[in-house]
Amino acid sequence: MEMVLTEDQELIAKTAQDFVNEKSPIARMRALRDEGDPMGYSRALWKEMAELGWVGIALPESVGGAGMGMADLAVVVEALGRSLAPEPFVSCVGLAAAAVVELGTAEQQESWLAPVASGDQAMAWAHLEPETRYNPTAISTEARQDGEGFVLNGRKVQVLDGFGAESFVVVARSHGSSGELDGVSLFWVPADADGVSVERQTLLDSRNAAIVQFDHVKVPHASVLGEAGQSGEALERIIDRGTVVLCAEMLGGMSEAFRLTVDYLKEREQFGTRIGTFQGLKHRAARVFMEIELARSCVMAAVRAVDEGNEEASKLVSLAKARCSDAYILAANEGVQMFGGVGMTDEYDIGLYMKRARASELTLGDANHHRKRWSGLSNY
Amino acid sequence: MSDLEKFREEARTWLEQNAPESIIGVRFSELDGNWGGRKAEYSNPDMKIWLERMADKGWTAPTWPTEYGGGGLSAQEAKALNQEMAALRIPPALVGFGLTMIGPTLLRFGTEEQKQEHIPRIVRGEIRWCQGYSEPGAGSDLASLQTRAVREGDEFVINGTKVWTSYADKADWIFCLVRTDPDVKKQEGITFLLIDMETTGVSVSPILLISGKSPFCETHFQDVSVPVRNVISEINAGWTVAKALLGHERTMIADTFGASSGRGQKRSRSVMAEHAIRYLGEREGEIADPVFRDEVARNEMDTRAFGLTVQRAKDAAKAGHQPGPESSMFKIYGTEINMRRNELSVRIAGPQALGWDGPGFDEEEIAVTRDWLRSRGNSIEGGTSEVQLNIIAKHVLGLPD
Repeated sequence: MEMVLTEDQELIAKTAQDFVNEKSPIARMRALRDEGDPMGYSRALWKEMAELGWVGIALPESVGGAGMGMADLAVVVEALGRSLAPEPFVSCVGLAAAAVVELGTAEQQESWLAPVASGDQAMAWAHLEPETRYNPTAISTEARQDGEGFVLNGRKVQVLDGFGAESFVVVARSHGSSGELDGVSLFWVPADADGVSVERQTLLDSRNAAIVQFDHVKVPHASVLGEAGQSGEALERIIDRGTVVLCAEMLGGMSEAFRLTVDYLKEREQFGTRIGTFQGLKHRAARVFMEIELARSCVMAAVRAVDEGNEEASKLVSLAKARCSDAYILAANEGVQMFGGVGMTDEYDIGLYMKRARASELTLGDANHHRKRWSGLSNY
Repeated sequence: MSDLEKFREEARTWLEQNAPESIIGVRFSELDGNWGGRKAEYSNPDMKIWLERMADKGWTAPTWPTEYGGGGLSAQEAKALNQEMAALRIPPALVGFGLTMIGPTLLRFGTEEQKQEHIPRIVRGEIRWCQGYSEPGAGSDLASLQTRAVREGDEFVINGTKVWTSYADKADWIFCLVRTDPDVKKQEGITFLLIDMETTGVSVSPILLISGKSPFCETHFQDVSVPVRNVISEINAGWTVAKALLGHERTMIADTFGASSGRGQKRSRSVMAEHAIRYLGEREGEIADPVFRDEVARNEMDTRAFGLTVQRAKDAAKAGHQPGPESSMFKIYGTEINMRRNELSVRIAGPQALGWDGPGFDEEEIAVTRDWLRSRGNSIEGGTSEVQLNIIAKHVLGLPD
């Protein structure tokens, strides 16, 4: 793999950054939060992003996507991450749509993904249960065979961008018990199906999340993704895809948090001089710079490995998520410390990055989890 | 077939036909490598043949211009050549500071005459070089160096002492920073000078380190006469040359420590994991101690992240982006990972890492301990981590002085 952006990717990055500067500064995210907007993101802007080709950038051309790769998507998502843009790239594109691409028939892809690629609908990833933590197979939502179809019973929590989504990809269990690979089944369920109820949750980073209850929800045979009970291994690959999308967003967030901090070091005066002259802060800033650079390399390697179907892809995804988790937290923590008292105020943006850093870290596995996964994948 | 693929195939065929069988698969740790020079020692006589064959093609310095004996290859071709050599488990024919430090510096700053004199001899491994930068009184504050060079006609007369000159006892020539003007700002009175170690008045004494043996020496100059034509760039312009060369040194250090980035170890365990299992045992296929298991993973992942960053910098350079002061990052991070790796290795070995010599400890255990002690110098030599952090803060982040 070549660890450098192509000319096309440079261009996409610039377009995305211009878009963010013009239409999605961090003030937009702040306003959505302050207004208590139930969606937490803008459907109108989501539609615009789709029209620019970003939502479908990595989706197949058969559904209206561009058929490009995660490496291209990552460039867009990184730019959005800089301004904490809350549109549902991780949940809808990285996870739910990726599941339909991974397991769906041509027919399923066309009918479910086309409205996503066009920005008319959002699909959410209904996976997490209170006991799941970071073990993807630790789920007990029940999928009971019912003639040709299934009946779903269970409760999903922290369904990211689940409030207002038109449909869900639901991870359930047709047999076996929580933690077993065997029995993992994926279903597509419209939000307005009988027995589905959605309740908005409030998270520290003010992103959209919901509790989604499935109460005797009937799923026809045509809405089963892949083979019932046999999707455990695909689940790992789907989550890897969602994880690299999140990593790209984190990379943008940490880079911007650090940029704000360095700018502040250059202007804030104390003891009659700019605080950026202090070696005690200089060295720490240089350390943050290095960690972000290393995180960037890992994200670039991970997206490329996923695109190539490289046998080391899972390891590189874990490497990227572990590093992004640690580096984002470091950049945010150091940012708040270097801003000092004002860093603790809601008025300054650095605190918003700190909240998003924590939320991203604890989504799809923190650094501890991914080190453990790396050890397992490395045969020790 | 693309030109690059064609080159790759030709290179592979040539390597297969020309690499002597006895050198294939020979492990080349830094110290055993083929350093060349007037006093060259070949552990295997075929290494000499291998060096000659590679030098004839210019492939000891694959990207250097052919008019000075180099290979004239593009960066992509050189990368392909390296990959083919690695795949065939063929060791490099030549290593050393000529190739990594003074050669690139001469190509950039040297006169035509200087290039003609020195570059072909580096490519052929005829001259071994060492570096005379640090002095007993000038460490991190390198520019305060005091070795004096006084002009007398067409010669400089040198007096002073250089310290930490690696392998000075085995080197043929030294590239040196000397003070030619003591009355100006310290950076502006320094000259970059090449000195033949056989010149009268040069003497070398080895330095004993906390780890036992070491390649380091002190190099003394007493009334040493050096022709003025051995100045690189201008008199009193040596600091600029020195800084450029330090960039090469940092890249080299980065390569050294980034090389063990554990690529493609999907099935086989890493050396550190095997080491941990030897001392801590195995339970259900895992290192039995979960705390150490986590530390092994952390170190491997740090190493991999670093290796990927080095690769990214190289790919960016190939794509035409200029490398900048971020090479300081490689120096800091590469050395610090290596130090953490050595610390971890010692702690995993436990009480068996307490041996210095003699019965009760095997060779590997003694090496673990000695390597750990030696590694403590990594963040000091070649510019301390603190100096590198200053460089990043100033030149990359633009923080004020």
